[in-house]
Amino acid sequence: MPKDGIGASTVRREDVRFLTGKGRYTADINLRHQTYAVFCRSDIAHGRINSIDTAAAMAMPGVLAIMTGADFAAMGGNPAGWHIPSRDGSAMREPKRPVLAHGKVRHVGDAYAIVVAETLEQARDAAAAVNADITELEAIVDMAAAVANPGHRVHDEIDGNLAFDWGWIEDNRAAVDAAFAAAPHVTTLELTNNRLAPNAMETRASIGDYDPGTGDYKLYTTSQNPHLSRLLIAAFVMGIPENKLTVVAPDVGGGFGSKIYHYGEEAAVLAASKALERPVKWVADRSEAFLSDAHGRDHVTKIQLALDKQGNFLALRTETLANVGAYLSNFSTATPTFLHGTLMAGPYRTPLVYVNVKAVFTNTAPVDAYRGAGRPEATYSIERVIDKAAHELGLDPLAIRRQNFIQPDQYPYTTPVGLVYDTGNYNATLDKMIELADIAGFEKRAAASKAKGKLRGIGYSTWIEACGIAPSNLVGVLGARVGLYDAATVRVNATGNISVMTGAHSHGQGHETVFPQIVADMLGVPASSVDIVHGDTSKIPFGMGSYGSRSLAVCGTAITKAVDKIIAKGKKIAAHMLEAAEGDIEFKDGKFSVAGTDKAKAFGEIAFSAYVPHNYPLETLEPGLEETAFYDPANFTYPAGAYACEVEVDPDTGKVTVESFTCADDFGNVINPLIVQGQVHGGVAQGIGQALLENVAYDAQGQLLSGSYMDYTMPRADDLPFYTVDHSCNTPCTHNPLGVKGCGEAGAIGSPPAVINAVVNALQRGGHKAVTHIEMPATPARVWAAMNA
Amino acid sequence: MTKISMTVNGKAVSGEVEGRTLLSAFLREELGLRGTHIGCDTSQCGACAVHLDGQLVKSCTVLAMDAAGGAVTSIEGMQNADGSLSVIQAAFQEHHGLQCGFCTPGMVMATAALLKVNPKPTEAEVRHHLEGNICRCTGYHNIVKAVLAASGQDVSAIAAE
Amino acid sequence: MHNFDFVKPATVADAARALSADGAQALSGGQTLLPTMKARLAQPSVIVSLTGISEIKGVCAVDGGVSVGAATPHAVVAAEVGKYYPALAKLAGGIGDPAVRSRGTLGGSLANNDPAACYPSAVLASAAVVHTNKRKIAADDYFQGMFSTALEEGEIITSVTFAIPEKAAYVKFDQPASRFALTGVFVAKHKGGVRVAVTGASNNGVFRWTEAEAALSASFAASAVESLTVSAEDMISDLHGSAAYRANLVKVLTKRAVTAAH
Repeated sequence: MPKDGIGASTVRREDVRFLTGKGRYTADINLRHQTYAVFCRSDIAHGRINSIDTAAAMAMPGVLAIMTGADFAAMGGNPAGWHIPSRDGSAMREPKRPVLAHGKVRHVGDAYAIVVAETLEQARDAAAAVNADITELEAIVDMAAAVANPGHRVHDEIDGNLAFDWGWIEDNRAAVDAAFAAAPHVTTLELTNNRLAPNAMETRASIGDYDPGTGDYKLYTTSQNPHLSRLLIAAFVMGIPENKLTVVAPDVGGGFGSKIYHYGEEAAVLAASKALERPVKWVADRSEAFLSDAHGRDHVTKIQLALDKQGNFLALRTETLANVGAYLSNFSTATPTFLHGTLMAGPYRTPLVYVNVKAVFTNTAPVDAYRGAGRPEATYSIERVIDKAAHELGLDPLAIRRQNFIQPDQYPYTTPVGLVYDTGNYNATLDKMIELADIAGFEKRAAASKAKGKLRGIGYSTWIEACGIAPSNLVGVLGARVGLYDAATVRVNATGNISVMTGAHSHGQGHETVFPQIVADMLGVPASSVDIVHGDTSKIPFGMGSYGSRSLAVCGTAITKAVDKIIAKGKKIAAHMLEAAEGDIEFKDGKFSVAGTDKAKAFGEIAFSAYVPHNYPLETLEPGLEETAFYDPANFTYPAGAYACEVEVDPDTGKVTVESFTCADDFGNVINPLIVQGQVHGGVAQGIGQALLENVAYDAQGQLLSGSYMDYTMPRADDLPFYTVDHSCNTPCTHNPLGVKGCGEAGAIGSPPAVINAVVNALQRGGHKAVTHIEMPATPARVWAAMNA
Repeated sequence: MTKISMTVNGKAVSGEVEGRTLLSAFLREELGLRGTHIGCDTSQCGACAVHLDGQLVKSCTVLAMDAAGGAVTSIEGMQNADGSLSVIQAAFQEHHGLQCGFCTPGMVMATAALLKVNPKPTEAEVRHHLEGNICRCTGYHNIVKAVLAASGQDVSAIAAE
Repeated sequence: MHNFDFVKPATVADAARALSADGAQALSGGQTLLPTMKARLAQPSVIVSLTGISEIKGVCAVDGGVSVGAATPHAVVAAEVGKYYPALAKLAGGIGDPAVRSRGTLGGSLANNDPAACYPSAVLASAAVVHTNKRKIAADDYFQGMFSTALEEGEIITSVTFAIPEKAAYVKFDQPASRFALTGVFVAKHKGGVRVAVTGASNNGVFRWTEAEAALSASFAASAVESLTVSAEDMISDLHGSAAYRANLVKVLTKRAVTAAH
């Protein structure tokens, strides 16, 4: 195994600062003369703002400024990134999402004022004294009721509370319905994909720093995506030139999607900083995070699978209500559509698929992409309905999956929902999973559980996803308002060490370790001589950030393209220095050599020559050794895998214990196995969390019932087992040079159905034959109720 | 404001606090020891964990004045005297027991507290002990593995690659 | 949180004087009070820390039982009470998490009387006596419903004396998020009969399940409660479990506690 190049389980260099308390997150930054901001947030779900009296608060000690929604009314709105038209061709309905609520508050936690003071406690004291006169309106919380009562409106101008009613693919609808009408067997399942709070352990934080001398704005913020934030804030919200705004995201303490988006607090601290000509710092507390971070999932779905009596899939259709909350967050319209509907073929040959999604406004926090984003919802629906179908037809749940797999000789495979899978081998990962999970030994383990008075069950999921987001021309056709390429600059310094500017931004994925592995491997230099620069729009050419399992496949590829250019230029320099034809220069193991001779120049000599061009082809070649590449992927990457979960259920209390969890994944080539495994572990834990523990709950008045860790169940160490993960069955991606696929979301996509299938299996084996489904999270109380229905 | 003194990472320190100043705020804002993190406001996540007079505590749930006169060890005091990573810190790096790093200081402090009283914990004991430290990134697999490794136990059988 | 004056007396007498001030509030381990104050749900003007009073800390054997100082942290109870009263030590070792157990105290828990706290069940099942700076209060008189106790304004718990049963066990079923007791049952077999105290389940706070006590006094075996039913009336119903679910847990955990008792 290479020591620190591609394929090595290199330990992470960034760990040293994190382990010694020297990481620097946004909340750790303190600027000279800094002030502190606190937001006033609505404590009712829906109301009309009559007036906001700030006089008393303004008079309190240390208070410097109070701004309300009215102060931002002239600014633009925070837009949705994708336009999703309805089935009837009508445009998506996009209400303005203001920096601060104006006119109405639309969810508990909707911010309507920012209070800035000399100290944090002074700002808190004053925020409590801001007096908002708000007339409470009936809260719209339940999606079905929201759609059924056009008179009750989250946004006054939108009757029926629908952003869109989307059909995919609409032209296939009639054929799908006809297949269902003729099908020998139809399995129907209604299920809920529970709403989750992302809960990065670092809460959101922002510092606005306006320079009155230059008119430049600088924003330090917790972002997975600094360039997109710059674009949204500058061009859409604040109307300032993009080149007058710098966005810096320092160390970011987890994101899972929630820090992709631009939030109003960022614009508010920038505006307040300009008004005060002092830095303005805001750090969310956890309660605010629960109220105001974009949540994830929240689909209610009816899925139907048509089969013949032998279990061959004939057609699949779904109807989904997707909660978008009170406003359209940046990716909220893409998540339930093109990150969901397009995945409904799964790894199967189902010939006919139709997906309908209605996006519903409610008086709840905005819902957007959370780890997996649409693909967990799709996978859960498919993998649950397959299990139910297998049960109804008396077929083995693994056999029914296997018989419907797309076969290795069918690639590239065009699905009926618009994707072209480039490669895969689903039998291989399934076989590996069966081996690692010791499926053959299950009955023995079940007997041991029974002897202890426990019910044991096993559940599976064979999943696929589309990630490495995304081919710009394709997503453009689908409604994206941005491109989803990425960029990198590789700067070889005169002394031979290397800075790599990347548009990816790590929030735990280990880019500072992995990207140098790639560069070191390509250039034949030690990885320790390569450093990553990220998270600062003033230092990086451009970038679309880290999400959608795109960092390596897209941003990493941009790095390789820039390194290719470095090598190409190096060959020109070497040809000159070695007095040979450029075509005769080979680059290998860090040396440029003339083919068939022992004449060679080390990489460092070429770099030095580029900056000290005394013997250099100056008439045809610029000095310097720095190259930038933009890379736009030709396709998504399609990681896939087979998961098995074994659970024990306590029949007296309903408590489910995950006894084992096994993953056999195909991520194509793997750069750093240690990190890839860590990504799978984390994803699986979040998936188990969704399946058994986590739930954002609102009551009928739109009050958040799960607003702290007292009521929102975060997975803890004693909720989870050691996992068995494997990525040996790999089919390299065919369209990126590294042959890599995304791995960041896999665990969260594949695991929830495996868990629920296991729970249902345990109950059925335990004699509760009537239980064909159990909703997530399968809490002890819910499982007990199912057993005692 | 009241002046308080205590010992932090072996050094005598003092600073001005209000009644409501939390130990975490004293460490972060007054002393600039920003490795102690704030991840929640209900005393559950453990990112702010430090040792106070040898006991593991959540510094966000101790008043600075109540800790006055005490001895605090924070993450900044956990390296070896020569600046190298301690056995626990090295095990976390070796076994990829951290990703975003935000919960990590608390995890290291909790681990140190455990190994002091239970030098060879079982997997179940490690998981139970970490009940008050929430990590969102790792799924705990590599954290538990790192703790077991830091205790000198063989972890090679855990999780076949 | 709102600001306040902070005092840290060294004696119970000084603490009592400090607590006579307007808006004064005693602070023990602070593991519940401080988060409550952070949320601005409590606004004391004076905080009287009890953590500096050595006379109300520690564990000692007393005639027929064990006395635990009110300001003794859970971790100390877990470590030091086991030789006298293993079930109580085990309960203390299961409260919260290790950091909470370093700070949180018996007295703080009892003064707050959270309906999902663990300690009240031990005090009630043990027929313990709550000692204050003014008097002694029998457990049966002390708990007066959710967050309500017999304590008067400014009264300070100094210690609790537990009678040591012949056999006892506490079994807790965690509320999955907070790790408080969704329901917890403490069963104690005394010479004079069995006491069964239930926490976490009832809208009225900790309570004794008297039917089970009678059945178990007649026959101390899990099977003795099999035929009993627990009414869901007055049980807590929330995100984490319905009233019926909690009623079920009361019986299941009682049986488990009887089986575990030693």
